Amino acid sequence: MSALPAYASTGQRIWHYTFRYVICGFILFFLIAPILTIIPLSFNAEDFFTFTPEMLALDPEGYSLKHYQDFFTSGDWQKALKNSFLIAPAATLLSTALGTLAAIGLSQSHVPFRRAIMAILISPMIVPLIISAAGMYFFYSRIGLQGTYWGVVLAHAALGTPFVIITVTATMVGFDRSLTRAAASMGADPVTTFFKVQMPLIIPGVVSGALFAFITSFDEVVVVLFLGSAGQKTLPWQMFTGLREQISPTILAVATIMVAISIVLLTVLELLRRRSERLRGLTPS
Amino acid sequence: MSASTTPVSPNTVSRSDSTPLTQDGQPLKRSLAKALRREKLRALMLISPLLIFIIVSFVLPIGDMLFRSVENNIVRDTLPGTVRALSDWDPTVDELPDESVYAALADDLMLAQEVKIHTRLGSRLNYDQPGISSVFRKSGRAIKRLDNEAAMAALVALEPAWNTPQAWATLRDMKAWPAQFPATAQSYRNWMAWLKSEEGDDVDPTQLVPHGFTYAALVHDLQKMPAAKIESFVTSTNTDAAALFTNLAGNIADLPNDDFKAQFAKIDKGWVQADNWQAIKRLSPSITDSYFLASIDTERTAEGITQKPENERIYLRLFVRTIFLSMVITCSCILLGYPVAYLLANLSVRASNMVLILVLLPFWTSLLVRTSAWKVLLQQQGVINDLLVWARVIDEAGRLVMINNMTGTIIAMTHILLPFMILPLYSVMKTIAPSYMRAAKSMGASDSLAFWRVYFPNTVPGIGAGSILVFILSIGYYITPELVGGTSGVFISNRIAYHISSSLNWGLAAALGSILLLLVLALYWTYDRIVGIDNVKLG
Repeated sequence: MSALPAYASTGQRIWHYTFRYVICGFILFFLIAPILTIIPLSFNAEDFFTFTPEMLALDPEGYSLKHYQDFFTSGDWQKALKNSFLIAPAATLLSTALGTLAAIGLSQSHVPFRRAIMAILISPMIVPLIISAAGMYFFYSRIGLQGTYWGVVLAHAALGTPFVIITVTATMVGFDRSLTRAAASMGADPVTTFFKVQMPLIIPGVVSGALFAFITSFDEVVVVLFLGSAGQKTLPWQMFTGLREQISPTILAVATIMVAISIVLLTVLELLRRRSERLRGLTPS
Repeated sequence: MSASTTPVSPNTVSRSDSTPLTQDGQPLKRSLAKALRREKLRALMLISPLLIFIIVSFVLPIGDMLFRSVENNIVRDTLPGTVRALSDWDPTVDELPDESVYAALADDLMLAQEVKIHTRLGSRLNYDQPGISSVFRKSGRAIKRLDNEAAMAALVALEPAWNTPQAWATLRDMKAWPAQFPATAQSYRNWMAWLKSEEGDDVDPTQLVPHGFTYAALVHDLQKMPAAKIESFVTSTNTDAAALFTNLAGNIADLPNDDFKAQFAKIDKGWVQADNWQAIKRLSPSITDSYFLASIDTERTAEGITQKPENERIYLRLFVRTIFLSMVITCSCILLGYPVAYLLANLSVRASNMVLILVLLPFWTSLLVRTSAWKVLLQQQGVINDLLVWARVIDEAGRLVMINNMTGTIIAMTHILLPFMILPLYSVMKTIAPSYMRAAKSMGASDSLAFWRVYFPNTVPGIGAGSILVFILSIGYYITPELVGGTSGVFISNRIAYHISSSLNWGLAAALGSILLLLVLALYWTYDRIVGIDNVKLG
């Protein structure tokens, strides 16, 4: 399929182009179109969720930034934005620090009960969010953490750690153990070895793990919906209520901003992946 | 002289030639074991902070949920005396409990309404016995007006000393307390709690006599005791106790009661219905399976465990719908994901990276952004309907209903989960050498035969991995069905959320959650067997 051979019959040619441009084109369109549609709609001058005739005629009258203005001036949205940026970094810091340590521990050659430990550490990623939310709601209200900032941060940190573990362990796989031995043989203590030798090499994995943890917390809505009180209302929560109750076009402006954030994160991740492969001497694929 | 026969220093060569020694004189074996142990310990120390963190913040909460699905202390804690009195009552005989149970109930409710927990018990019992919560609500209001002085008056008439705090101090000091006076002891505890709630800490209960309910309990305890036992109190060396019981001894059977049974019947007919009592009796143990029974649309009745009537069965249907919709979503993901993965695996590196971005961008975009996009696209005044009307495929009146139903859930969730199918499929297809297909074709297979006999079987592991992943994610989904599913497109998760935040039936939510968790863990176990836990890849 990669390249159509010169001897291909007409039927094969038709199928090749149909498959590539019609079938796959349609599926890729299905994947990307919803996201691309909301971007122009967020500049709608009217409070509609569909393209107005002015917009289709590319009339500047049909476009405006009023929904963005709405987002940046509305108290509710600004509070939600602030909460999101208070919760996500704290959760990221916690899960990255603990997750990196554990990943280093897990990649040692002799770890007792490795499978069992791994299963427990990965479990927050496997258990459906609604079950995690239910359990945490019951348990955190017993110990007085329900409806508090730290309750949400702890919960989000727990949900983010599996991603940190997976990305950091993946970086550790290519790590050359003789480097730490070399450092030790030259008199470096374990802490110095870690910061001078190991850390610079695994940092891309740590950063992409942190990004995953950040996006997990930043996008998370189920757990915060149950665990948080009005004081912890995050951006996704505000969107959720907006979508459920009175859907306002401001949501589309918020959505567009979040798509922009995703694109930035995706780019950073890709750059990190390439850097990591270069550092570990693998050829980029 | 060869080196092997030269005795070197005693440090490096063993004395008994079987145990080599290290530089510091330790046997090598022990030294190595020590080093290994140190390494294991170091690994565990690095892991332990996170392990402890995850156990406290995540595993314990899950355990708490599992525990809540069977926990049932509320009846025992709210009606302790009643539960004890009911232990003699046989629920299978279609008969009401005797007066002592009603007396204990009055006593327990007196305290329960004082600390305002009787309605909570009513709502709990109402899950299993619809209608009983109003019985409790009504009784809570009426309980203060119950006549309860008859037993007290009769006792004091026979022996005036019973009206003194000293009589109760004597009773509490007797060897027979509390074993021989179980109802009285329970009632006395209730009364002290009631007094504390009513009057605060300033009142000393030892300076007072309890209220009438406790005297009623005393009369019931005495009436259940064998006459010889009471005779032994009278003749005992404890003169204070003997004095209390001397005048009572012959008259115990004739002591009156307040007929709480009749009084309760007047408050609410529910108290003279045997099925309400059967429900209380059934739910008095501290562990219950009633939530699990309710989760699978069954209930425990006099005839044992039975299916609920057809129109009340909701959870099994919801489980079936959740599994069915997840299967439909998984199948659509296979159908849509396979061609894209194939394209990705067969394009040049540069082109496939471009296509991969189109797959990863939705993957990285917030779930709520994608859900809101579908909400905008699919609504009746939305983009797709407008487009179809404009293209004259449908007319203005025939706008399609694609949201707030099953269709909405399927479309939106297929879109959201599609990357989870494409990525594992792609990683499997990348490893299939193109020479297989060429070999098949060189031996005369047609394009489709070569595909189905050679290429497709090689991709089955990828389909399996992707399907299980999509299926696991799908059956636990909450947000998207909630927003685009209406009523016909919601999953079991939505019901769990409803029971946590709206109906407050936490036990049922926990039981439904436990069943869902079990389902996911079973699937995950399968996934681990097929793909391996360590092979989870991101992006």
